[in-house]
Amino acid sequence: MALLQISEPGQAPDPHQRRVAVGIDLGTTHSLVAAVRNGVAECLPDDQGRAILPSAVRYLDAERRQIGFDAVAARAQDPANTITSVKRLMGRGLADIAHRDAMSYGLVDDGGMVKVRTVAGDKSPVEVSAEILATLRFRAEDTFDDDVHGAVITVPAYFDEGQRQATKDAAQLAGLNVLRLISEPTAAAIAYGLDNGSEGVYAVYDLGGGTFDISILRLTQGVFEVIATGGDSALGGDDYDHALADAVLARASRQAVGDADRAAVLVAARTAKEALTDADVVPFVAALGGSELHVEVTRAQFDDATQALTDRTIAAVRKALRDARLKAADLQGIVLVGGATRMPQIRQAVAAFFGRAPLTNLNPDEVVALGAAIQANQLAGNAGADDLLLLDVIPLSLGIETMGGLVERIVPRNQTIPTAMAQDFTTYKDGQTALAVHVVQGERDLVSDCRSLARFELRGIPPMSAGAARIRVTFTVDADGLLSVAAKEQGSGVEASVTVKPSYGLSDDQIATMLQESFSTAQQDMQARALVEARVDADRMLMATQSALDVDGDLLSTAERSIIDTLMQALRDAKSSTEAAVVEAATKTLAEGTEAFAAQRMNHGIARALSGRQIESL
Amino acid sequence: MNLQDTDFELFGVPSTFLQDRAALDARWKELQREAHPDRFISQGAAAQRIAMQWSVRINEAYQRLKEPVRRASYLCELNGAPIHAEDNTAMPGDFLMQQMEWRESLDDASEAGAIDALQAEVDAARARALSSLDWLIDEKADYQAASQQVRALMFIERFAQDVEAKADALGQ
Repeated sequence: MALLQISEPGQAPDPHQRRVAVGIDLGTTHSLVAAVRNGVAECLPDDQGRAILPSAVRYLDAERRQIGFDAVAARAQDPANTITSVKRLMGRGLADIAHRDAMSYGLVDDGGMVKVRTVAGDKSPVEVSAEILATLRFRAEDTFDDDVHGAVITVPAYFDEGQRQATKDAAQLAGLNVLRLISEPTAAAIAYGLDNGSEGVYAVYDLGGGTFDISILRLTQGVFEVIATGGDSALGGDDYDHALADAVLARASRQAVGDADRAAVLVAARTAKEALTDADVVPFVAALGGSELHVEVTRAQFDDATQALTDRTIAAVRKALRDARLKAADLQGIVLVGGATRMPQIRQAVAAFFGRAPLTNLNPDEVVALGAAIQANQLAGNAGADDLLLLDVIPLSLGIETMGGLVERIVPRNQTIPTAMAQDFTTYKDGQTALAVHVVQGERDLVSDCRSLARFELRGIPPMSAGAARIRVTFTVDADGLLSVAAKEQGSGVEASVTVKPSYGLSDDQIATMLQESFSTAQQDMQARALVEARVDADRMLMATQSALDVDGDLLSTAERSIIDTLMQALRDAKSSTEAAVVEAATKTLAEGTEAFAAQRMNHGIARALSGRQIESL
Repeated sequence: MNLQDTDFELFGVPSTFLQDRAALDARWKELQREAHPDRFISQGAAAQRIAMQWSVRINEAYQRLKEPVRRASYLCELNGAPIHAEDNTAMPGDFLMQQMEWRESLDDASEAGAIDALQAEVDAARARALSSLDWLIDEKADYQAASQQVRALMFIERFAQDVEAKADALGQ
């Protein structure tokens, strides 16, 4: 679609054509789906009224699986086939995984990526996550009795490109159109800020099951500006379970042997952890190798065993504040997100650091999904969603490899997106005609300590003496966080570029194959759905074109006008086709045919709006 | 208004070194409200591309305007005295002496107190250099002298980053 309604930015041409857009919190321990209904974001419950879906998948055999509460219930009896905390494996290699020994299921290496060994074969974390996402998608479709147009899925702010891509792959596999990934603390801030009509600077401390995030945001009249983010993508409530389990075993001089023992002791630790939120002393009971372990645990012992973990979160908070160039006293409030923030030692540590009690008036389990739903509603172009604008940042620095395996940073972390930044490089050898560009992500100085994102070559540089070539490398990050990198030799004009899709996810072919084999998409469904979507898009395109012509038709010559009229009629005719591809092609032709007109109107529109603002504000 | 306007024109502020940070922040958000790609989400690829160009341009201008050193550098460049930081590193001897002393103090610093003291010293030096820029640019319009002062500030900022990195490493 190429034509615009400048008068009403952010709105769909027809306010009655609402699209179902959902926000999904894909969590380490549990997941939720939410949507905006009648202007209010709410979590969608399952048929038993439960909003939470435990992020657990149990494979019974090659065909059958249990997802959510049923899988959790079976965890102790079938630990090897019950996959929990799969989020920690997303976009990771076997070597990256902490607590491998303590996991109750087996991991294998598959071409550098980790997979889970199950009775149904080796499953990638992407496939396991797709089961959870598909369950939530079905829930939303049942609730609205309509297809889901798209989803905003939340990820920890600190997720790198590999982990984000794996999340997108899982969504695609689950038949979901990803409108955007946004970070969990940002989503929480959106839900919290819009709910309270707050203004000022807030810190969001988000301790989930497997990840810790800290974000500093400024809220002004519906604009959410992320100032700094930080955290640890491998630190969460699960680690508190592990730490407690280890401490109890050490004190009782016992050991957990085998998957069943480990699962039992972790379940016991988690139960004890949750009970210690309200009680000072609780029993710790686990069946180990036939004989029962039964001891008491005090909150003080729990605090001791986990002090180092809590300290790590506070160190990250300090770093984020320093990045934001703010002091603890500059903040309006501290929002706690994530089930793990119910632990008293967390609340105490946060209160002690900031010198004030944290805000906890929204349900920490639901707030992330609610914020994602609000953003999804806006990105679906639904009417009434235009009072929100999120100015997000990139979470990790981006750069390229230079001589000696060092990283030259091009885009520093916490840069507001969209952004384009460039730096000039040169050749280091006489007569060098090619340059290898290696794109990396991370804060460390050595390439080997950062994530490798992509490699490409700039060829055809005219032979010159070393240092004479001027090669400008430009990084562009769009509003979705998608990175493209271009290199251009300024003298000769030779250039090369790449859009970064990290190799940590799946290839498009793999996804296509999986989709064909998969649960979520009977062939016919897909076709029917595609046709409906194609016709909706065609209608939107026609309406947008018509309203553009009504307003600015006089910008066109008679000949230009008649070309557009012909294309519009062709699209109206194509709409009666039962082939989605025919409708899509006609829509695309009209979009292309009106692109120059659209660009002209758009540039004028923005320039006019910006100038208008200037006069108003003077 | 177009993409080639100077940062000052785009933000509708006078092209002076002295700026009201709060006004810049507010103006940035106003501009993004009009031009951010998310405002044109249902309007197709051409709209997204153009909105992105504007949005990138606005962010670029904001980054340059809000940081005093970058703003001064930009003003020098606009007024015919570009900084050329990479091939112009000649600095006065006493300035370089002080830099070396700082480096030694940083290498020797092993606890938070020493880092904090060094940080305070660097902050003070930065504040002095900035106020002289204010005078050189807005009062005297001496862009050559301002350009030299910007280069000095770049040294100071780089050192300040190293102090921060060390503070990080010490885990404070």
